[in-house]
Parts: sequence; C-alpha cells; structure tokens
Amino acid sequence: MSRIALHNISRQFDDTLAVHEVSLEIASGEFFSILGPSGCGKTTLLRIVAGFERPTSGTISIDSRDVTQVPTQHRGIGMVFQNYALFPHMSVFENIAFGLETKKMEKMAIRRRVEDILDSVHLLEKIDVPVPLLSGGEQQRVAVARALVVEPAVLLMDEPLSNLDVALRLKTREEIRLLQKKTGITTVYVTHDQSEAMSLSDRIAVMRSGRIEQVGTPAQMYEAPASSFVAEFLGGANVLPARVSRSEQKIIAGKLVLSAPATFLDGFGDEDATLVVKPEAIVLSPSVDDGDVTAVIVHKEYLGFTTNFLAQVGDVTLRIASMSSERTKHLRSGDAAGIRFDWSRCTLLPHA
Amino acid sequence: MNRFTIKRLIPVLLLGTVYAGYVIYPLTETLRESVNIGGAFSVANYVDILRPGNSANFEALWNSVLVSILSVLFSGILGTFLAFVLTQFTFPFQGLLSRLAVVPIALPPLVGVIAFLFAFGESGIIPRIVQEVSGLSGSVIALEGFSAIVAVHTYSFYVYFYLFVSTSLRQLEAAQLEAAQTLGSTALRTLRVIVLPELKPALLGAAILTFMASMASFSAPLLFGGDMRFMTLQIYNAKLNGELDVAASHSIVLTAVSIFFYIVLKIVTPRGSGVRRSKGTGRSGLVSLSAPVRRMLIACCVALLALELLPIAIIILISFAKEGSWTWQILPAAYTPENYQKLFADPYVFDPIINSSLMSLVAVAACILVGVGISYVLVKGSLRRFRDIGDVAATLSFAIPGTVIAISLILAFNTPGIFTAQNVLVGTFWILPLAYFIRMFPFVVRSTSASLDQLDDSLIEAGESFGAGSFRRFRKIVLPGILPGIIAGALLVIITAIGEFVSSVLLYTYSNRPISVEILAQMRTYNFGAAAAYSVFLLMLVMLLSVLAGYIGKEGKTHPSSVNI
Repeated sequence: MSRIALHNISRQFDDTLAVHEVSLEIASGEFFSILGPSGCGKTTLLRIVAGFERPTSGTISIDSRDVTQVPTQHRGIGMVFQNYALFPHMSVFENIAFGLETKKMEKMAIRRRVEDILDSVHLLEKIDVPVPLLSGGEQQRVAVARALVVEPAVLLMDEPLSNLDVALRLKTREEIRLLQKKTGITTVYVTHDQSEAMSLSDRIAVMRSGRIEQVGTPAQMYEAPASSFVAEFLGGANVLPARVSRSEQKIIAGKLVLSAPATFLDGFGDEDATLVVKPEAIVLSPSVDDGDVTAVIVHKEYLGFTTNFLAQVGDVTLRIASMSSERTKHLRSGDAAGIRFDWSRCTLLPHA
Repeated sequence: MNRFTIKRLIPVLLLGTVYAGYVIYPLTETLRESVNIGGAFSVANYVDILRPGNSANFEALWNSVLVSILSVLFSGILGTFLAFVLTQFTFPFQGLLSRLAVVPIALPPLVGVIAFLFAFGESGIIPRIVQEVSGLSGSVIALEGFSAIVAVHTYSFYVYFYLFVSTSLRQLEAAQLEAAQTLGSTALRTLRVIVLPELKPALLGAAILTFMASMASFSAPLLFGGDMRFMTLQIYNAKLNGELDVAASHSIVLTAVSIFFYIVLKIVTPRGSGVRRSKGTGRSGLVSLSAPVRRMLIACCVALLALELLPIAIIILISFAKEGSWTWQILPAAYTPENYQKLFADPYVFDPIINSSLMSLVAVAACILVGVGISYVLVKGSLRRFRDIGDVAATLSFAIPGTVIAISLILAFNTPGIFTAQNVLVGTFWILPLAYFIRMFPFVVRSTSASLDQLDDSLIEAGESFGAGSFRRFRKIVLPGILPGIIAGALLVIITAIGEFVSSVLLYTYSNRPISVEILAQMRTYNFGAAAAYSVFLLMLVMLLSVLAGYIGKEGKTHPSSVNI
C-alpha cells in the first residue's frame, strides 16, 4: 500500500507544454482516475509517474521517497498498457513469469505465483498458450496479471479497456474493480471514457490542456462541477452562457428566460455567468403548465429505461433525459412541450 | 467443359507453357545431361562432387560452402551493427546515412567487385598508400583469394541484414520494452529475452539470402579467386572446356542447395505478419548507453559507411586516368575525360551500350507480359487457391544461380525444339534476353502481386455488376490500380538486366556482348581507365533508374531479392 504525491509537475515537449504544474495526492489503496480528452496530457502524466518520461520540473514521491530521478525498474510500479505490450513470442506463463524471473525467484515459487494470479483472473487453463492465440479480453487479463504478479507498490493503467468491445469492456471493468479491492493496491487509471472513470474510481482528476480542472469523488464531480468543462465532460450537461439579473431573479440565456429561486443566485449580482443544467434536471411534460417554458421537441431517442430528447427554446437547444413514461411516450418531433428546471440539479458558475 | 471454363483456362495454359518451357524444361535437360557421360547413364559426376576427398570438384563445393558461411557471419555482424546504430540513436544526417547503407546492393554485380579490386586488391590504391606510408609491403593488407571474396560478399550482402534487422527494430514496440522495464528487467536481459527473439526471423531470413547469394556468387571468385576452385567457377571453366556434363552436375547440386534454402526462407519469413499499432506517445531507446559509448558507436558507423563509399570514389577517380599513366604511382599521374568521350565517340566502345539497352528492353517486355499475367492469375484469377505454392514456383528462378540458368539454356536450346519454334538459340541474340527474362520476371510478379493485394475484390465485382467484360474490367479497373507496381517491377528488371554479367558471360557472342562483358574485356587488356569509365557510366545509369523506381513505387523496395554478383 503506497501513497503517491506529485508536486508541481510540468513537462515540456519542444514547444508544447504537455503537463502544466500538476500537483496531486493519491492516497494509499485508492483507485484514482485521470480523465480527459485525447491530447490533454493524461498519458504523459502517467508516463512521468512510471518513469518513462522525466518531468521538466517538479517532483514525484512514492511513500515519501522522492523517485523523480529513480529509473522505472526501481520504482516498484506495475503497468498495464493500452495495447497490453505482451511479449508476442512467449506463452501466457512466460509473460507473467518474466517479472518474477528478474527477481531471481526460485522456479517452483514462480510457478505457484503464476498459477495463483491466473486463477484469480480466470485464465488458469490458458497457462501454456502462446499469447497471440488469446482473444483481446484474455490478453487484457494476462496484461493485468503480469503487472500484478510482482506485487508492485503502485499499479498504473493506460486506457486498458479501449481495445475491447463494449460488452467485454463492462464486464472487465467490474473484474478490475474487484481485483483492485481485493489486493488493495494503489491504482492510477488513465481514460477518456467518463463512465469508466465514474464507475471505477474512488476519486477522479479531470485534465484539460495539461492542467487539472478538478479533483474529487465521482459524486462530487457530478453534483458540483467546478467548471463548465467538467460538467460537460462528466455529465453531458447543458452548458449555457447566461446573464444573471439579481433584481428580477432571472437567468437569461438567449431566448430562454428563467425565473430562479433566490438561493440559487446567491453570490451573483447582475453579471454574465454560465448555467450548467444536467439533462435529467429538466422536467418535460406534454402540456405547457403555469410557470413552464414552452419548448419544441426536435429529436427523440428511445433507450428503454430512459428517453433522450432534444428540445429547442428559440435559439437554445437543450439535452433532456427523462425516464420513459406514459406521459412522454407520445411526444414526437415538432410537438410543443412544457419544460421546467429542477434547480437543485443545476449549477451556476461565474463567467469563464 | 463450357465456354466459360475454357476461357478461364487459356491464360493459365499459356503461362504454364512459358513456365514449363523456359524454367522447368532447361533444368530437366540439365539434369539429363549431368547423368549422361559418353552416352551412358552414370552418377559419377555427383559422386565426384559430393564424396569428400581430393577431387577438384569436391574442393569447389567445400570452398563455396566455407566462403558462404564466413560471408553470412561477417555480413551479419556488419549489417546488424549498422541497423542498431542507425535505428536506435538520433544524430545528424541519419536519413542520408541510412540511405547510404543500402548502396552496395544497388551496384551492378561486376562493378562493385571491380571497384573493390581497385581499392583493396593486390595493386589497389589502399595497399599502395600503406606501402608508401609504412614501408611495409602493401600486400600485407591487400585482399586476395579467400579473404577478398569474403570481404566482397560482406560488402555486398550485409545490406540484407541491415534491411531486415532495421525493419524489425522499427516494428519492435516501444511499449514492450517499457513493460520489461516496469517488470524490473535490466537492459541486457531485455535485449536477450525480448529483442533477440523478435529479431530471429529477420536474422534467419537475411542469413539464408546471404548464404544463397554467396553460393551463387560468380564475379568475386572470378576476379579474386586465383587458382582456387568454387562451384560457379567450376561450371564456367567446365563449359569453356566443353565438359558440359560436369557443368551440368555442378549446376544441379548448386540449384538443389539454393532451392532447398529458398523454400526454407519462404517458410521462416511468413508473408504479411500482423502489424501492431501503438500510441504515438513516447519511444524509449532499446538500450540506454552513456554518451561517450554512444558517440563512439556512431563514429564507428559513419566511418564504416565512408569506407563503403571509398571503392566507388576510387573507381570514379580511375575512370579519369589517362591510359598508361598509372603504373607504380599511388594514384594515376595524369587525368583526362578521354575515357568518357570514347564511350560515345568510338562505335566499337558504344556497341555494348546499344546491345545491353536493346536486350534489356526485349527482356522487360517479356517480363511484363508474363509477370503481370502470372500474378493476376495467382492473386485474383483462377489459381488464387494455389497462391502460396504458386508464389514460390513463380519466383523460383530467383533461387537459381545465374550461372546455372545460362548452362541450362545452353543445354536446352542448342538443338531445335518446340519451345523455340525449331530454332537453335545458342549463339544468337535472343538467348541473352531470354536468360534475363527467366532471371527477372519474378520482380514483376512480386511488385504486381503487391499492388493487386491492395486492390479490393469488391472493385472488380462492382465492374462485373455493371456488366463489364473481363478484358474491359482488367483495362479499366485493375490496370490503373496496379500500374505503379508494374512500372516499379519493370524498372527493377531494367536496372538488373542492363548490368547483368553472370549469365551473359556464358551466353554472349561478340556481336551482342553486353556492357559487363566489355568491362571484363577491358580489365583483361589492362585498360583500367576504360573499364572504370564503363563501370561509372553503368553505375550512374543504374542509380538514375533506381531513383526513378523509388519515386514511382515502393513495392519492389521492401524485400531485396537475391541477385547474384
């Protein structure tokens, strides 16, 4: 069980700043995800932790030991690569035994350890199969086993599920989480998939253009996004540039004029702001009741448990997610509908 | 049989006849001759070659094998070293240097050997300099005999190792090396356990090609061999002495060895191995070396490549030597452009250039016709089910040494036969282009097949669905797609044919003597300047065509073929 601390890490590549003054504390045993769009610097940050890249400035420590200048081999990390990086000319056994052999462990003990770990990833029967003959999901599990078998202090994973098909991704996701819980190993997980990060992580750091936007538990991030970027990236929220009118208790986003409760406007005067509305914070009804805003349905997407709508109010298009019900069943594109806002699930952010 | 089947069978039958008549039949004739001593069946020739003892023929086999093994060893060391340095480190002019590293393979066979002779041979410029500087006899470092042949082979064939190994190293995934690092592996262990096994197919493939090319090598033993016996020389001498049965038996042994290794090669280097993708981020070097060691290795690599250019620089220098001006001096004493002027002004000297060009053009036309046909039938046509075996068969003549092809043509076409419309080809103009065709049509087969592989079947099916006939489909849909491949293959044929020596020297007549044979004649009469000027002219022509081929298609470049020197 190990703690990781990054202090003011920056990494410059020629004239691009891939990572900019990142500081993070990752607790012992924590499952920590770094989430962000491609090119945001998340993989570079992970590679700095692994020791493949040296930071241009800043320090990294694992368990209070400064490892900034320590080569990868001596950092006590295990890593699962995006394309697994299994050694193609070796069998499953040889791949997993590789790390144990470098530790000069006795042959019988190696065999036992490999069998144990294969058992826990349900691949024991494939022990002598050459890795190119395994399916994608099996290769992925071998990669995890190979990283874990050496009992590293820290497990690093670089988009380990992105090469799997959707069904397998969901199943493997659960397995990874269970395995991590069982071993209690501190894990840093890089992904661009928000649902993966939400479902797996104790805490998430959202990265954008080399900087950390927000760090927190999945619930904190979702409920109280610190920026419109986080809100949009994590929850698919509607992000509306708006004007706050304190005196009239109104929020005006283009043609959309909303009356908001006074508490919602706390801390704001008459100023520009950003209104963040989660798709499920908009309540849709087939009739326009008192206090409702009139919207026009432009698109409907039936997903079973939920139904997604795109609705237009003047020049503003809103994403709405509602539970499928009798009430909304008959709404079609072109229909007028009433919408109202659940303010407890909306956030007002200062103008960026 | 309906009309449809017959129509599909016609091209197969035509191509089959060409293949049987000009590749298989000459070999069977050679086999027949080799066991025909004075009109009676006898395996005495084979016994003489294969039974260990003091016979000249066994000595030839032994020397050829020994030279080939040593050539593999030294080529392997040099080529692998250059591949490592040029792919693993970053330094200025790297691109230029990696292009220089493949130059020797582009040299016309005889030209490379002669350039080497001028530089390092008994009376070469380097031994002369050593003698002048140190007072020692220059022959101390002069290369002759066995060591010279191994050196020439190394000079020419290390390129196989360089190309194969550097390709493998580039494909080696950085993430695998990083994974090994995270698992605590040292650089040395990673090299031994991860990198070397990944390089094994490349090393094995290059070793086999080098071995085959060394066994088939003719120019090097001819110019450096002295009294030593080698298989190709033995064939050449036996033919000159009129002992065709001896020449034939040597040819068969040499062919058997070559074909055996060719098939092994096809097995160990599978076609189209899976391409692994990895993310763009990061690229760790294979081994982390301290800066001084790295600098030393890079310096070593640059020095070797400079040394490689030395023979070429020297042959250019000598091409300007005034006739008779170079006797005991280190460098020729007087220079003149005369040798080049004569090349074009003197009709006697210009003749071989006309001959070689004409014969190359005839050969390339035949290569295109047959090569494109074969590859279409194998890749998209009625024989696609037999693609693998067909590929090996179609490119089989790559495996047959040029000397053997010449002997087999002599034995097959010194009497009228059905494949020659009752003509005798030996002693005519046509036998040289025929030899070129047999040796080189696989170039076109391979480059065209590569293009055809890229061509989606659905395109052809779409043409079919619009009711286009098979000829129109080929002309309108297939041909435009594969034209770059055909042209690349054709250029490779011309490049090789225009400097061809190994077969030509056994088949030429005075009236159609090609450039290479004329170079040898000038060397034999000590007209070094003229020989050098010819060589440089040929070199320039070949380089020019290579650059052109490089522009048009990449198909022919990835896998070097075995071209005898």
